[in-house]
Amino acid sequence: MIDAEALSCQELVELVTDYLEEALDVATRAAFDRHIAGCPDCTRYLRQLELIVVATGRLTPSDLSPEAEEALLQAFHGWTRSS
Amino acid sequence: MARTDEELVAALRAGDEATFRELVREWHSPLLRVARIFTPSRAVAEEVVQETWLRVLGALDRFEGRSTLKTWVFRILVNTAKTRAQREGRTLPFSALHDPARVPEPAVDPDRFFAPEDAHAGGWSAPPRDLPEERLLAAETRDVIASAVEALPPNQRAVISLRDIEGWSSDEVRNALDLSEVNQRVLLHRARARVRAALEDYLA
Repeated sequence: MIDAEALSCQELVELVTDYLEEALDVATRAAFDRHIAGCPDCTRYLRQLELIVVATGRLTPSDLSPEAEEALLQAFHGWTRSS
Repeated sequence: MARTDEELVAALRAGDEATFRELVREWHSPLLRVARIFTPSRAVAEEVVQETWLRVLGALDRFEGRSTLKTWVFRILVNTAKTRAQREGRTLPFSALHDPARVPEPAVDPDRFFAPEDAHAGGWSAPPRDLPEERLLAAETRDVIASAVEALPPNQRAVISLRDIEGWSSDEVRNALDLSEVNQRVLLHRARARVRAALEDYLA
């Protein structure tokens, strides 16, 4: 358990994902908010993580190659005929 | 695609090629990312995805709707990948996937905080460096993020890819990978922290 009254920076960085996922209990969330309000370094860290989530979301998913898709469609036709 | 699982399965059973093609395309990228947890290369992962679809078709008559179609397909993928790894004599990161908390991994290097005996114990001694927002979101930074994701341990890579690239919810990821809520978050947390560290090295 974390002492909600006195959250250190080192403890806070380990809670950032739980914070963003809204998985913190009420007391810990309040302590997190209090710490952030008075700590520019941790505010910067949190903001960076939020932006990194946005930036990672701009990566493109991998496409299926036309050959692989064709092979699967052939398999699908074979399966349709046999069932 | 707003059709229910029942409608999708009925269309597949009726031999509707368009539905099959749609699912194969839509789920290709996430299937590949999960397959990569268990495979040594992208090429093998591609083969596992192909094999998975064949198994899905073969088992479709037995789909009972106890899980969603998506979860069911991903479970088949994981089994296919594991079977193949066994056949090829490769060892798998099972425990790594299911018990990541066993091995601690701080989000930020402990050397960047004041030591416990210091008056500022646990405070930043080397605060996070500035990562300019416009550079963080710039197109050229995308390659750095992609490389950082690629360099992650397979289980972390799968979770961050599904959550942050594919846009899945935490429940979808937990179900597809059979992970606990806590472990899903631990893996996501570590993955994002490692990507941040890579960006700090590159940008700051």
